[in-house]
Amino acid sequence: MAEFFAMGGYGFYVWWSYAVAAIVVIAEIVSVRARRKSTLEEARLLQPETFATAATGGAR
Amino acid sequence: MNLFKYSSPATFYPLAGKMIPWFAVAAAILAAIGLYVGLFVAPTDATQGEAYRIIFIHVPTAWMSMFIYLVMAFWSALALGFNTRLSAMMAQSLAPTGALMTFIALWSGAFWGRPTWGTYWAWDARMTSELILLFLYFGIIALRNAIEDTRRADRACAVLTLVGVVNIPIIYFSVHWWNSLHQGATISLTKAPKMAAMMLTGMAIMALAAWFYTIAVSFSRVRSIMIERERDSAWVSALPEVRHG
Repeated sequence: MAEFFAMGGYGFYVWWSYAVAAIVVIAEIVSVRARRKSTLEEARLLQPETFATAATGGAR
Repeated sequence: MNLFKYSSPATFYPLAGKMIPWFAVAAAILAAIGLYVGLFVAPTDATQGEAYRIIFIHVPTAWMSMFIYLVMAFWSALALGFNTRLSAMMAQSLAPTGALMTFIALWSGAFWGRPTWGTYWAWDARMTSELILLFLYFGIIALRNAIEDTRRADRACAVLTLVGVVNIPIIYFSVHWWNSLHQGATISLTKAPKMAAMMLTGMAIMALAAWFYTIAVSFSRVRSIMIERERDSAWVSALPEVRHG
């Protein structure tokens, strides 16, 4: 196990390569999901039902 | 069969939505297998010891950095040639992923270079042109953000993408054309590969994982782009996720 993490003495270089790749991938997935969420929220706000509800003071 | 059935945002949106989970799961499984092969199965390198295992990150992402750009150039050519919206949206959705692949390739390459060549960086042809590729991706993204009018932005980014595509063969053939610190191609279309079978297998699986990941992520991004750009249209209003929330 210790040998695995040591990677023959090159552990620093190997694991920082893998770690940055993982961080970047996770960051992109989070970013894409956040964009979808905010896009859908904004699109919902523009729907006529929203305006109708607001115009009638909350009742439909 | 109508080949152009899915060439509009309204028809491609649901298709892309159905495809994303398949590609995402496939990418995750392939990555798990690829990492297992790369870290546990592939033998130790005779010259570099365990340091070479960075190859399973570096080469797939470097391949993807170039391939994504070529796909962007393809969509850009279609967008300019046929003035289609979806082609431009596809190009737009790929740029961030391409930039990130390029960054990972550059970073992992630097961390591979330090123990093996003695330096994190050198201004040789391949590394410099890959860095230029990163700047191109950033430039395309920045140009899109800088232009208010969406269709003008589509055209400007398409032109910039196509102008920059000359960089891709430069990156690829640089090790052949110039004296380079970076090693020559190990894998060729015509000759047998000069590396151990399990090393090649690990690289191939990780490359496929990266490709499927790219598809999943860019399809999700393009669906958001479609809604953002077409939010006044009927088909967006009719979407269940927009109507009901």
